[in-house]
Amino acid sequence: MHPFAYVAPSTVAEAVAELSKHGDRARPLAGGTDLLVKARANVWELDAVVDIKNIPELMTLTINGSGLSIGAGVPCYQVYDNSEIAAQYPGIVDGASIIGGIQIQSRAGLGGNLCNAAPSGDGIPSLIALSAVAKIASVNGTREVAIENFCTGPSRTVLKAGELLVSIEVPKPAANSGAAYTRFIPRNEMDIAVAGVGVFVQLDASGKNFESARIALASVGPTLILASAAGDSLAGKPVNDETIAAASALARDAATPITDMRGTIEQRKQLVEVLTGRMINKAVERARG
Amino acid sequence: MVATYETKTDYKVIGNSPIRHDALDKVTGRAIYGGDVKVPGLIWGDVIRSPHAHARIKSIDTSAAEAIEGVFAVLTHDDFPQADDKTIETGEGTVNLRRGQSNVMADKKVHYKGHVVAAVAAVDRNTAQIAAQAIKVEYEILPAISDVDAAMADGAEVILEGLVGDHLGEKVENTNVARVFRHEFGNVEDAFANSDLVIERTVTMSMIHQGYIEPHNATAIWAQDDNLTVWSSTQGSFGVRSQVAGLLHHPESKVKVNYVEIGGGFGGKTVVYLAPIAALLSRKSGGRPVKLVMDRSSVFEATGPAPGGKIRMKIGVNKDGKIQAADTDLMLEAGGFPGSAVGAAAICVFACYNLPVSRITGYDVLVNKPKSAAYRAPGSPQASFAIETVIDEICDELGFDKIQFRLDNAAHEGTRRGDGVQFIRVGLEECLVAAKESDHWNSPLGDAPAGKARGRGIASAYWMNGGGKSTCDLMLQDDGTVMLNEGSADIGGTRTSIAMQAAEVLGIPVEDFHPSIPDTDSIGFTGVTGGSRTTYTTGLAAYNAAHKLVVELKSRLADLWETSADKIDFNEGTFTANGDSIGIQELAGKLGPTGGPATSTSSVNLAEAGNAYGVHICDLEVDLATGKTDVIRYTAVQDVGKAVHPQYAEGQIQGGVVQGLGWALNEEYFITDEGAMANRSFLDYRMPTSLDMPMIDTIMVEVPNPLHPYGVRGIGEVPICPPLSAATQAVKEAVGKPFYSLPVKPGRILEALNGD
Repeated sequence: MHPFAYVAPSTVAEAVAELSKHGDRARPLAGGTDLLVKARANVWELDAVVDIKNIPELMTLTINGSGLSIGAGVPCYQVYDNSEIAAQYPGIVDGASIIGGIQIQSRAGLGGNLCNAAPSGDGIPSLIALSAVAKIASVNGTREVAIENFCTGPSRTVLKAGELLVSIEVPKPAANSGAAYTRFIPRNEMDIAVAGVGVFVQLDASGKNFESARIALASVGPTLILASAAGDSLAGKPVNDETIAAASALARDAATPITDMRGTIEQRKQLVEVLTGRMINKAVERARG
Repeated sequence: MVATYETKTDYKVIGNSPIRHDALDKVTGRAIYGGDVKVPGLIWGDVIRSPHAHARIKSIDTSAAEAIEGVFAVLTHDDFPQADDKTIETGEGTVNLRRGQSNVMADKKVHYKGHVVAAVAAVDRNTAQIAAQAIKVEYEILPAISDVDAAMADGAEVILEGLVGDHLGEKVENTNVARVFRHEFGNVEDAFANSDLVIERTVTMSMIHQGYIEPHNATAIWAQDDNLTVWSSTQGSFGVRSQVAGLLHHPESKVKVNYVEIGGGFGGKTVVYLAPIAALLSRKSGGRPVKLVMDRSSVFEATGPAPGGKIRMKIGVNKDGKIQAADTDLMLEAGGFPGSAVGAAAICVFACYNLPVSRITGYDVLVNKPKSAAYRAPGSPQASFAIETVIDEICDELGFDKIQFRLDNAAHEGTRRGDGVQFIRVGLEECLVAAKESDHWNSPLGDAPAGKARGRGIASAYWMNGGGKSTCDLMLQDDGTVMLNEGSADIGGTRTSIAMQAAEVLGIPVEDFHPSIPDTDSIGFTGVTGGSRTTYTTGLAAYNAAHKLVVELKSRLADLWETSADKIDFNEGTFTANGDSIGIQELAGKLGPTGGPATSTSSVNLAEAGNAYGVHICDLEVDLATGKTDVIRYTAVQDVGKAVHPQYAEGQIQGGVVQGLGWALNEEYFITDEGAMANRSFLDYRMPTSLDMPMIDTIMVEVPNPLHPYGVRGIGEVPICPPLSAATQAVKEAVGKPFYSLPVKPGRILEALNGD
């Protein structure tokens, strides 16, 4: 492991100043469950590690009338232990509660999951499905990027050298909406997705028709995938096996997986179709309350 | 000569489940493992490993590493003394010293990715790592050979230059097949011609790893007087001593191996990797203590897994349900150097059946993967998978009850094993009957939820168990407690299961024993904890030592009571003679005038062991849309001989089942086209977790082993064998498709389901 400096600023301004000094040889540290592994394996050679856990803004979870704000350093357990989040954003809880095991979830957060930009990041599909936005700071100010545009490749994001993810902003879910995420793993826990699907649906007042839907896929491409055609196909359609099957087939078409040690192209495409159907049904069930 | 015993049935100590003597230290974190070893002046070693699966080493430039501040020593194969070209026992296998040395550090060629090429010692761990990475190695890359077919193909690149293969007695050069051997009775061709049904299948399985939690580690001090002290996580300190001494051409009397606790081994910690490197680094560093610890990727890539391979299996049967003949070719991956478990596979493959005619041909095949090592009943799980797959198809084809068919063809006392050995009293039939009468076998599978299907599989398997050398010393203390020293590394609670056997003889509560495992200077030679030998063999040493102590105490008491020793009776802890009586613990305090402390020692070397059989039933559910499997019920029946400590015996069986199910359903070395293991972490090497397992029910059958006074058989290994086929046949029943390749992972199940 390359020796690095450890700094723990207490404001965003200090953190971005520190990050900008080192270019791409500095990384923010939240739970460290990805960073420390990569540093020890010499995947990253770092000169500085900027611990963000002393910055109050990055460690805050806010839920109010306008939506949910998840500080970039908030660990997963705080998300899924929050009863309001569990009630309003069950899709986020689905993802946050299956990243690693309990020890990992006590350190790792959704912000880190996003910045790590693994195509298999279980925390991300629900954020995409829920139209969440990443709030990013740098010495030049702040900007916002839609989550579906945040990851640009395996371990690559839109973050430029010196930029810091501050929070993830999730809009308040519309009435009659629901969301759900699941992944396929060969075991029952502590595993990495062979394929994952997050779904958000908004139904009409009768609960019998889709008004809109967003479907996001994990582990079946170089980035998380927003399967727009699949989600859009449901808008204005009745909730039935046929429309759900059609959307699932479109989700399958949107997947661009590879064959590797975790699964084959054919297996992953089939899993996307199966899981999409299951998650649409689950999101509908939740939308209907 | 083999001693046989009339087995007792009424016990005071044996058959209870007291708390193990090392429990508190282990659950409170006080126990010292290899990684905990700290000595004054400790420096760290690290190694550089080959990034290629197969390559010639063109040059090694260590100058940049040597120039780094804080580096004390750099080591290459040239620093090793010339080892003898001879083969020594490692306990669950053998090692040729010259090849063993080349496995520890590559000599001219690398045989697998992760093969150690050079090592450094430096002031701290980080400096050692940086220095190791600064060593420049030039390679000429050769084609990587990843399976037995490629290794045995005409014109295949030869992995081990200079290897002369022994192919059925013929010397063969330029080959990757180190050995071909055969065991044969009768004429299989004639017997197949006379069979009503002959089924032949070829099965394959991936290389898999034991996956022990604790990585390999070693600390060594090479003192100025050439006395070498080693600490290393191992299944046997004496195995480390003989290998280190042999590989470094150093006298055994100058090598002391200190016992440290072991965080799992399952056969994989019978081979040395780091200890010889730590020793030479220490010598080159002026006698500084040097420590090395592997990371997980290195454990996967460069320590001994269980061989994958290919097995052809052909069985002929008559409609009356009698097997006529069986013929098999066992081709197992040795890894980068000769010595797979194919010899043991050949012993086990037909051992569940009474076969009039059989032929077993074994192939020990080199491939560019880590040198395989023992893993829990080495060779038997693969063999069991092959034969039980075909037996299951025979039963399906001819409509035989799967237990009755096995009973009708079961091996029993007097049956000749495939390699010719005749069985003493064995308990396979009793296991089959217990399985047949079990609640599990007599309960319906139950309906699967929508979209899922269920199946039930049954399989049997065999492991011969081990004997060998063990030593136990007893020292009776003045207060009536007993210090017990024995040489077996304690993996599964053997301090207690060994002490219990001495306690039973002496009539002293086992809680009054303090069992210890001293360093190799302080106890007689004891083989590794492996081969399911420890409770049987070291237990027998304890039993014998206890009887010797009774003899000694009778002679002391004869002085005190002014009588002759042969007039004194000893029963359940009490000495009596002429109306006098005294308890053994009370007597302990009165020995002073009789010649001081009473001690005894016993060493044994057992040529034979009591055989072990298991019969397992597995219920499993398959998600037909995703191919995911869930084991929903599992029962393991096993002849344990006598369960000395039933809780630990049950734990051994359950642990074996879990590892076997991992092997069956998800575990594999996923090898890339370049010959690298892609999934070299616990994230992607998919061992079962506690959330993947139902309760494993056990039924322990006790058919006493006539070679042990309490009837003890080894128990730890056979339970890993039947799950491979039991789970696979359950999937077959659930989805209606056979599976001939392990693991039966979800992707393979989906492929089979989509094959319609």
